[in-house]
Amino acid sequence: MATRMSPQDRIMYPVDWLEERSGLIGAVRYFLFRRVPSDTNWFQTLGSATLTAFLVQATTGVILAMYYKPDPQEAYPSIVNITNDVFAGWLVRGMHRWGASVFIILMFLHMGRVFLFGAYKYPRELNWIIGVLLLALGLAEGFTGYLLPWDQTSYWATTVGININGSAPFLGPFIAQFLQGGTYINADTLSRFYAIHMLLIPGAIFALIGLHLYLVIRLGVTSPPWSKHPAGSGPTEPPPPAPPRTGLTRPAPRGGTIRG
Amino acid sequence: MEPSREHPHVPGPSLWPVGLAVGVVALLVGLIVNWWISVAGAAIAIAFGFLWVRDIARERGLTKAGEVAPERRNGRGPSRRPAVAPPRTYGRSAFLELSTLGLGGVIGGLVSLPALGFMLLPAFLKQKNPAHDLGPLTDFPQGEFVVTTFVSNPPEGQVSRRTAFVRNNGLLGTEPSFTIISNHCAHLGCPVQPTTVVPKKSAQYKDVTLIPLPTPPSGYSCPCHGGAYDVEGNRIAGPPVRALDRYSFSIRNGHLYVGAPFSVSHVVGSGATARIYKYTLAFPGEHIDGIESWLYPIQPPH
Repeated sequence: MATRMSPQDRIMYPVDWLEERSGLIGAVRYFLFRRVPSDTNWFQTLGSATLTAFLVQATTGVILAMYYKPDPQEAYPSIVNITNDVFAGWLVRGMHRWGASVFIILMFLHMGRVFLFGAYKYPRELNWIIGVLLLALGLAEGFTGYLLPWDQTSYWATTVGININGSAPFLGPFIAQFLQGGTYINADTLSRFYAIHMLLIPGAIFALIGLHLYLVIRLGVTSPPWSKHPAGSGPTEPPPPAPPRTGLTRPAPRGGTIRG
Repeated sequence: MEPSREHPHVPGPSLWPVGLAVGVVALLVGLIVNWWISVAGAAIAIAFGFLWVRDIARERGLTKAGEVAPERRNGRGPSRRPAVAPPRTYGRSAFLELSTLGLGGVIGGLVSLPALGFMLLPAFLKQKNPAHDLGPLTDFPQGEFVVTTFVSNPPEGQVSRRTAFVRNNGLLGTEPSFTIISNHCAHLGCPVQPTTVVPKKSAQYKDVTLIPLPTPPSGYSCPCHGGAYDVEGNRIAGPPVRALDRYSFSIRNGHLYVGAPFSVSHVVGSGATARIYKYTLAFPGEHIDGIESWLYPIQPPH
C-alpha cells in the first residue's frame, strides 16, 4: 500500500514526476545553479542581455509575421497597416525595429567585455569563434530585415548592399545574383529576403546560441582580470551536503528510494 | 596449413556492386518512364559490372595486373621475404555501420540536392531581357535627350521599372543611331540624375514614361556617393569604376525597342560616331577592364 505523502511532496509531485522521467529538472538546476567566480560583475550580464534582446526579436518577429505580407504590391501597405491600424502594432513593430539596434549594440558590448577580460583565451577560443559567427549572422539579419518595409530607403539601401556584395572578388557577382534572385532586384527578392530573415538565419542563430551556452556552462565563467583568485584554481570550500528531500530542491540520488 | 575459419577467403570491399545495382534499377525504371533512362542504366550496369568482375579476377590472380616484381639487392635475389599481412576483413557490424552511413548519405543527397538546386538555380537561369517597345521614333527628336522609364517585365509590375536616357543620334549612314544609357550608377547601382533641369511634364506611351529634356545634360551625377559622368556616360569623378551601362536597341515598324543591357568601360567620341568599349553586363562596382578585372573572371549568366 502506498504511504501518505507529506504536503510538500504532494505539491512537488508533478515536478518529481517530470524529473524521474526526463532528468530535465536536474539539467535546469545544473544550468541555473552552477558555480561562478565570486568576483563576477555586471559586465558579465551583457551576454544574457544579448540573449534577451534576441528572444525579444524572435518573439516580436513571429507576431509581425502574422500581419506582414512579403509581396511587392502588399508589403508597404501591410507595414502601414501594422503601424497604424493593428492593435499595439506600432509597439511591436517599434520593439522589433529598435530592438534590432539594441541586439547589435549589445553583441558588440558583450564582445568588448570578452575581449577586455581576456575571456577568449584558452580554453574558450571556440566560443569566441561561435560568437563571431553569431555577430555575422546578426548583421545579416539586420541587412535582410532592412528591405522588408519595402520603401525607398529599404530599396536603395538593399541595392547598394547587394552591389557591395557583387563587387567582392571571384564569387561576389554570384552571391549578389543569388541574393537578388536574378540580375536585378525583382519580385522574388522581397520574399527571398523574408525567408532568409525569418527562417534561415534565426534557425542558425538558435543553433549557435545553443552551442555558445553549452560551452559557457562546460567551461565556466571567467574571473575579471583584476581577480585575486589565480586562474584555474578550484573552489576552496567543500561541496555543500545534499539537502534532505528529492525533487527540484534536491537532486534525486541514483537508484534512490521509490515513494508513493 | 589447414584452411582457417578465422580468415575465410572473402572478396575485398568494393563499391562496384552498388553501382551495378543502381544501373539495374535505372534500367528497370526506364522501362516504365523513358527509354533513354534504360539506356543510361544499362550503360552504368555494364560499366560497373565490368569493373566488379575485373576486381574479382585480379583478386583470384587471374590477371597479371598489380603484380609487383620482387625486390633484388646486389643481384642476389630477394634478401628477405616481406611479412604477409593477413587480409583485412570487415565484420558484420562494420559493414552495417558503413552501409547505414552510405545509404543515409545517398538518401540525404537525393533529398537535398533538388532542394538546393531549387534554391540556387532560378536566380541564374532564364535571365532574359526581352526587347521592349519604347514608342514611335517621332517621340525621340534628333539630338535631344529623353528620360525614359519602362516596365521591363510587365508580369512583375513596377518593381521591374527601369530608367534610361535616350538620345536620337540621327542617321549613321543609312541606319538610325541611338544612345541609350542606363541610370544605374557603376559604383553601387544608385540612380544617377541628368545634370540639367528635368521638367515635370511627361508623355506616356503604354507603360513607358517619356520626359524630354529641354536642354541636354552636361553629364550625370549620382546622389549616393557623388559619382559623376559626362554626357556619354564616361566616369569623370567619384568612386565609379567604369562608364555607365548601356542598352542595345532595335527599330521595328518605326518604333524604338530597347534590348539587353551591356557594360561599357569607356566611350571615345560622341553621338553616332562614338566608339563604345562594350563588355558583358557586370554588377556595379566591378572592374571590366584592366588588371582589376582579373578579380572577376566569371560572370553569372545575366
